[in-house]
Amino acid sequence: MPFEARSPPLVVTLAWRNLWRHVRRTLMILFAFALGVWSMVVIAAISRGSMEQQLDKAILTLTGHIQLHAPGYRDDPAIEYRFAPPDAALRAALADREVAAWASRVRVPAVVASERESAGVTLVGIDPAGERGLSFIPEAVTEGRYLESPDDQGLVLGRKLAERLETGLGRRVVLMSQDVNNQLGDRGFRVVGLFDTQPRQAEEAYVFVGRAAAQQMLKMNEAVSEIAVMTGDRDRPEATLDRLRRAAPDLDIEPWTVLEPLLVLTQKITDVILIIWYTIVFAAMSFGLVNTLLMAVFERTREFGLFQALGMPPRHILGQVLVESLVLLLLALLLGNLAAWATIASLKGGIDLSAVAEGMELVGIAPVIYPAWAPADMLAANALVFVLGIAASLYPAWRAARHVPVEAITRV
Amino acid sequence: MEKMTEHAVVLRHVSKIYRQDTLAVQALTDINLDIPKKELACLSGPSGSGKSTLLNLIGGLDKPTSGEITVDGSRVDLLGKAELAALRLHKIGFVFQAYNLIPVLTARENVEFVMQLQGIGPAERHARAMDILKEVDLTGLEDRRPGELSGGQQQRVAVARAIVSEPSLVLADEPTANLDSKTAQALMELLVHMNQEHNVTFIFSTHDKLVMDFSRRLIKLHDGRIVEDRMRE
Repeated sequence: MPFEARSPPLVVTLAWRNLWRHVRRTLMILFAFALGVWSMVVIAAISRGSMEQQLDKAILTLTGHIQLHAPGYRDDPAIEYRFAPPDAALRAALADREVAAWASRVRVPAVVASERESAGVTLVGIDPAGERGLSFIPEAVTEGRYLESPDDQGLVLGRKLAERLETGLGRRVVLMSQDVNNQLGDRGFRVVGLFDTQPRQAEEAYVFVGRAAAQQMLKMNEAVSEIAVMTGDRDRPEATLDRLRRAAPDLDIEPWTVLEPLLVLTQKITDVILIIWYTIVFAAMSFGLVNTLLMAVFERTREFGLFQALGMPPRHILGQVLVESLVLLLLALLLGNLAAWATIASLKGGIDLSAVAEGMELVGIAPVIYPAWAPADMLAANALVFVLGIAASLYPAWRAARHVPVEAITRV
Repeated sequence: MEKMTEHAVVLRHVSKIYRQDTLAVQALTDINLDIPKKELACLSGPSGSGKSTLLNLIGGLDKPTSGEITVDGSRVDLLGKAELAALRLHKIGFVFQAYNLIPVLTARENVEFVMQLQGIGPAERHARAMDILKEVDLTGLEDRRPGELSGGQQQRVAVARAIVSEPSLVLADEPTANLDSKTAQALMELLVHMNQEHNVTFIFSTHDKLVMDFSRRLIKLHDGRIVEDRMRE
């Protein structure tokens, strides 16, 4: 029908010109909406960036994307839950191109003692080369040296633990742990390196020695406590997981999402907080939108009556108010997204919160937050504003369309 | 159902009562009226006599309390909102006392408005709008918005908009009320020309003697009733 084909451009023309009848009012609501969209996208980027940093940090703090253990180890990380070094089948699975890095470790509870103090720690026997790209430790040694091989007879301590033990580089400490015969195994090590990391609790939690040295001390022969694996994609480890499970069916093999359930929960809470934030911002914006449109509708009661008198069907009047809202929303989304993009780009170097770093650390947030531009968050914010904005416009539009023409035309 | 008819407008026992809370005002009482096609009729009477109410009912802008209204074969009193809009779009042109132009559109766009709703293509729309604006002596003012035109110019735009799509019926409420005598004379000559050349039926509501002088039929209302209905000599 020609009427249908011709009406939309007319509706768009009227909507566009009507929007600019009150330039100041339109600009104010446009600015308010753009500000809302900006805040949604920027805060989502900051939250997402902080969350991503927490995740990456936790994964580098000896978790990796996948871990292999003897069954029972995750409930009680003791020496009895050890397993033989990887056989040919498992090595083949670990050689897959989707595996970015892997290393086997001895990881048991232990006590470290200096001549003055002692502390409960986790003894980690590592293959120093294998840990590159897998955990934080190769890059964290800031004083002394990193371990050179699995046979290295030195020990690397966290700076905070060294302070607590009142020891330092070149000094000797004693490590004690239960060996495979349930006897107390102990050995003296010279401190060859100190590491600094975030969160600083990790500096007190771990003590690193060469894997062979640990095996020798605990009489484990070639056995290990865990194998940690880093894949090419943190969020899609399934294929590698599947291959590893087929290659080592007797081992307990789990992804980081199972190993660190708190992180997954934190991720979900971040999503919920963002949705709540979006809803609050939108609720504030929608009052402005409905108010602006209602004012525009009341001011133009006569005109809407005239449109009906001239033969414009009520649904097209409804459409005209909706198109006005649509144009306003699209402009606000464009401005808000551009401003958000510019803001996030300008914060590429990170937001330095080091003034309150101690407090932030306690809740697992890094002192420098790097906003992460997440297309899904941006899309969600835009879709929410767009869909709910149109929904909020329905009432003013309905009010405009339901006028009786004669009442509208005769209204002064 | 649309039927072929000799009459542009037929009213049978039409009454209109306005109610506000407990107050009821009888605006029209038992109006019976036949307006043949190509008629040039004038509704006159004092303020509050029901002239504008009658025009609004004929144009489907309002509903009668009782009675039947037929416009060009269609029962206006029985039509729904969308059907009434379609009837007004294709068959009825309006000229209002207060011009009622769309302020965000130019004179030409105001004239094109109804044609655009009718789905007439841009080129034809443009040509017809320019022709009619020339006829109402508004050449050169096509791109001005209503706020940039005088009262007389705005009323001529309103007339151009009402007649450009060649409706079968034009309802004009006090078309000369805001015009000087010279402009009013020119406007009425134009409307009579439209009536004669394009067979458009006109019903005016007016106090203006000039409009009555141009009309062929005079219908006088008083207190919502027709008190006189005669052809002019």
